[in-house]
Amino acid sequence: MSTLTSEILTNFDVEKLREDFPVLKQQIHGKPLVYLDSAATAQKPYAVIDAIRRFHEVDCANIHRGVHELSQRSTAAYEQTRTRARQFLNAASDAEIVFVRGTTEGVNLVASSWGHRHLKAGDEIVISAMEHHSNIVPWQMLCEARDARLRVIPMNDRGELILEEYEKLLNPRTRMVAVAHISNALGTVNPVAEMIAMAHRAGALALIDGAQAAPHLQVDVRALDADFYAFSGHKTLGPTGIGILYGKQALLENMPPYQGGGDMIRTVTFEKTTYADLPYKFEAGTPNIAGGIGLGAALEYIGGIGIERIAAWEHELLRYGTEQLERIPGLRIIGTAREKAAVISFVIEGIHPHDIGTVLDLEGIAVRTGHHCAQPVMDRFHVPATTRASLAFYNTFAEIDKLVAGIYKVKEVFA
Amino acid sequence: MVHELYQETILDHSKRPRNCHAMADADRKAEGYNPLCGDKLKLYVKMEGDIVRDASFEGSGCAISTASASLMTESLKGKTRTEALALLEKFHDLLTSDAEVGDGLGKLVVFCGVRDYPARVKCATLAWHTLKSALNGADQPVSTE
Ligand SMILES: Cc1ncc(COP(=O)(O)O)c(C=O)c1O
Repeated sequence: MSTLTSEILTNFDVEKLREDFPVLKQQIHGKPLVYLDSAATAQKPYAVIDAIRRFHEVDCANIHRGVHELSQRSTAAYEQTRTRARQFLNAASDAEIVFVRGTTEGVNLVASSWGHRHLKAGDEIVISAMEHHSNIVPWQMLCEARDARLRVIPMNDRGELILEEYEKLLNPRTRMVAVAHISNALGTVNPVAEMIAMAHRAGALALIDGAQAAPHLQVDVRALDADFYAFSGHKTLGPTGIGILYGKQALLENMPPYQGGGDMIRTVTFEKTTYADLPYKFEAGTPNIAGGIGLGAALEYIGGIGIERIAAWEHELLRYGTEQLERIPGLRIIGTAREKAAVISFVIEGIHPHDIGTVLDLEGIAVRTGHHCAQPVMDRFHVPATTRASLAFYNTFAEIDKLVAGIYKVKEVFA
Repeated sequence: MVHELYQETILDHSKRPRNCHAMADADRKAEGYNPLCGDKLKLYVKMEGDIVRDASFEGSGCAISTASASLMTESLKGKTRTEALALLEKFHDLLTSDAEVGDGLGKLVVFCGVRDYPARVKCATLAWHTLKSALNGADQPVSTE
């Protein structure tokens, strides 16, 4: 056991942290809520709720260009989130941090802006077999529009990408590799540093879908040498409707705007418009100001706990949960990669995930059932759907025990 | 609480579905799909003039959707097309309205608990949506979306 692990197990005050999350204090169907759906969206601490409220109560104004006091305050608060996101990702400059609605919009922005300028007929884009639909469909649409080819890195039965096969897919026509840092359906942590280096050796760029990674592990875009990195605020304790796209400055500069409108321009005449500098070139219109401010509070809150400590606690929960679930007769865990984080997807012989989800809900336990926006993953494992318990640092070992008891209850009902 | 939703009859029909087989001489066939859970269902209907002589289904789904298909195929036999469609309407009301449970549903009332679980209504109606397209002669797969 590493020193961090044993230190975490004794000192991580999960009960105190849970006090910060008002949602967790309720009963569902007469039972204390056990929230195991953080991969879909994370719960929000008071720090975030209060920051959004304070913005609306005290500082509310549109940002940029206002000379009055409120506008200056709201601009400063919003832009401070950009700086926090830059530090959170260890990016080189605030100019590389673009506000988007979420991971989905981040991927679409790159596919649309970079893709339409740089992709030609016959070029190739590589994704993986475990991508979320949001890192499949934008590339598919782009490939269709450009007569380019979409290629897919396969995975093994544990749910690990097969790097030898990936190597074979790379060739001089490969222009972009787009993969998830962590799979939402399987929990696999992909070796993205190595995969990015391989893409670069082939002369391709790499976009990392960090939706599931940002809340669970230390992300360093410069150490990874990622060209683009996207994540969603709402999975990172922040509100919905806000997210971050990181892009290397030189690449962003060489991309056309994504949308036209206010804020993204320098000068406009009916003959010609010149565009604003980075990152504003990609931020047309009044943004989600309250959301941005909420996200800043979320990143600050995470920083206050320390992402390494979060990761260590979740790792122990995952280890314990996996051990406990594996013991249940007829239960099979889907996704058994050696490197995993925060997600346990499973099926139970003869019982449909929807029935599992409903019975667990009656026990106060929130899990997700279905294809998790990753239908190709379900096909790969020959299951129509799975039940997914996803963890966050505010979950406890006792909650894992309740999940196990809930699953036995499910088995009893459908025996 | 579990047993208000998963009543004995539902559990019984989900574990031992009736009429769960293909039908070679069916004269109406339709496929249903629930993209939410990936459930697929094939429905076979054999008509004699205006009367449903036989009905069967194949597919894999949750307990609610399997039991619903099983009980539906049982309750259809001997009904005219008009009667079958009227039953569909009643069943739909049972699941989606707050009104008193109407009569004429027979065993199908066991699904009354589903109305408290809006996320599961589509599971219970998949077979019936599919029936509608079979009776209307559409051979496009129907989707609950
Ligand atoms: C791996 C992964 N990528 C992308 C997304 C899409 O995120 P959003 O819906 O916030 O844009 C998700 C959300 O479930 C995800 O888990």
